[in-house]
Amino acid sequence: MQPIWNPADAAAHNRINRVKNKTLNGLWSICRFLLIIGIMFIIVYPILMKFSVAFKAKEDIYNPTIYMIPVHFTLDNFKLALDLLDYWPLLLNTMTYVVITMVLTTMSTALAGYGFARFKFPGSNLLFGLVVLTILIPMSTLMVPMYLHFRNFDVLGLVHLFTGKDGVNLLNSFWPSVITSATGTGLKAGLFIYIFRQFFRGLPKEIEEAALIDGAGGIKTFFTIMLPNALPPLITVTLFSFVWQYNDTFYTSLFMSDSALMPLKIASFPADAGQYLSALAGLGASGKMDPNYVALVVDTGILLAILPLIVLYLFVQRHFVESVERTGVVG
Amino acid sequence: MRLKLTLTQKRSMLGLLFIAPWLIGFIFLFAGPLAQSISFSFNKLTVSPGGYELQNVGWSNFTDALFVDANFNRILTESILGMIVDVPLILFFSLFSAVLLNQKFRGRGIARAIFFLPVILASGAVAAAESSGLINLVGNAEVAEQLGQASSQFNIRSMVMILFEAGFPISFIDYIVEAVMRIYEIISNSGVQILIFLAALQSVPGSMYEVAKIEGATAYETFWKVTFPMVSPLILTNIIYTIIDSFSDSPVTKMIYETAFKTQNFGLSAAMAWLYTIIVSILLLVMGYIVSRKTFYHN
Repeated sequence: MQPIWNPADAAAHNRINRVKNKTLNGLWSICRFLLIIGIMFIIVYPILMKFSVAFKAKEDIYNPTIYMIPVHFTLDNFKLALDLLDYWPLLLNTMTYVVITMVLTTMSTALAGYGFARFKFPGSNLLFGLVVLTILIPMSTLMVPMYLHFRNFDVLGLVHLFTGKDGVNLLNSFWPSVITSATGTGLKAGLFIYIFRQFFRGLPKEIEEAALIDGAGGIKTFFTIMLPNALPPLITVTLFSFVWQYNDTFYTSLFMSDSALMPLKIASFPADAGQYLSALAGLGASGKMDPNYVALVVDTGILLAILPLIVLYLFVQRHFVESVERTGVVG
Repeated sequence: MRLKLTLTQKRSMLGLLFIAPWLIGFIFLFAGPLAQSISFSFNKLTVSPGGYELQNVGWSNFTDALFVDANFNRILTESILGMIVDVPLILFFSLFSAVLLNQKFRGRGIARAIFFLPVILASGAVAAAESSGLINLVGNAEVAEQLGQASSQFNIRSMVMILFEAGFPISFIDYIVEAVMRIYEIISNSGVQILIFLAALQSVPGSMYEVAKIEGATAYETFWKVTFPMVSPLILTNIIYTIIDSFSDSPVTKMIYETAFKTQNFGLSAAMAWLYTIIVSILLLVMGYIVSRKTFYHN
């Protein structure tokens, strides 16, 4: 016997289904919520700890009942760390350095990316292959020759020809980084060229043709038409270049080991802080300061070093995510 | 006489003009040093005030690095193995997070902002300061390392027991436990990868999901039959990015740096760098070959 289709049964069935779906969805949202909160906590926890430590007074170090929020608030740690790092001049110097390299890197890589995206010239594919090669070769391979190169900097022997000297020592100045970023061979520049190329390839050709017909030359077209349209990759590249330069220890310690730059100062900060604090307490160079107190000041220093980035990130984080999505790295 | 050029020639000249800054940089600051680096690896290099002197020593730098130096072999294998272990973990985690962050829920903007925070804060300097701070504190590098691990640990014994009872092989349990213990490291290394996957997920046409829904596919099926194939080309990109990203704070890089600038053995350092480069390139080629055979290309 055929089962008879019963509207009441079907309605009940539908209702059950709906309730089932709803509970499943609800359960999944709870799971997702817990997961996301958990991962976010893991990411934020170290930063929260640094904040908590930075305001902690000496008396609170050995108080086991304190979790996160100190009992004795103090700004002494900040004062000490600011003093020790010579913070404001250091920040100014670092920012100048980072902004200069960022602007130069963005310019040179945008030009090269556009050149590779829109022009066919003999060997253009081979040259782009070489761009990819620059991404893949670890920088440690080029370290020694680059160092020697900038120690006696001399393009084609010109300096030797005119002054008779063996080249100019450019180490411990901004010049090595300025030169590498202006020529698109600096920190992760290959990646940036790749990003620009992908984006420019995705733009419709008609825009340029219209500009050409209206009488704009190739260079003018690039600066007035293409570049203003390339906002997403420009944002991506400037942001990443800024952040990576600010955090980079490899090139800075290679070329500018004596300069006052944030990454270098922070890397050696624990040792400096230890010495300075022992000297301050009149223990002499060999005396040992309470290491927990030194750690307090060191953590405050680290917080001061990453604070500019966090503040910057608060303002630009929306562009950060959106621009990468619109850059077309994916295409 | 004025040079007459065809339009195509003009265009290609213009193209060369655009890439000129990069090309100059590439020739003088990449190709040149690369060639020099090869020659250094076969020479003994002594720095003099006006430059440097080379003295040919044949393959001895390479044999020194591989057979004489006490640490290089160990550090190289450790870091390559670490890379092989890390890549799947980072890949899995970043795809998972990207799928999570691609769904609609309240506070998604904040969640995304925090997930990408590690991209901003991934600083070698801070990591160095933190670990040397710990070393200062306990006076011993070994102990500091263990402490660093311990502080991020919860009681893992129960987890090991559960997995063991469930009948998983020991090696798999080891892998999972290791992953859980280093969760912070994995999360903080997958920021850019999440970004790339997220961008890929957004480019999957919505009509595909509609079709899947109409055909009655479950969420699980939709993920494996629609989402995964559509983002699979980016898996290779992410593998390559993960490997390249690991160069900067790899212990091998550090060792190469120290060999060059602390012990002043430039030739040995160049040989080490080349061994590292060759092994990593082989790894990249093999992975690229395997992954690209399995990848689905929509276009």
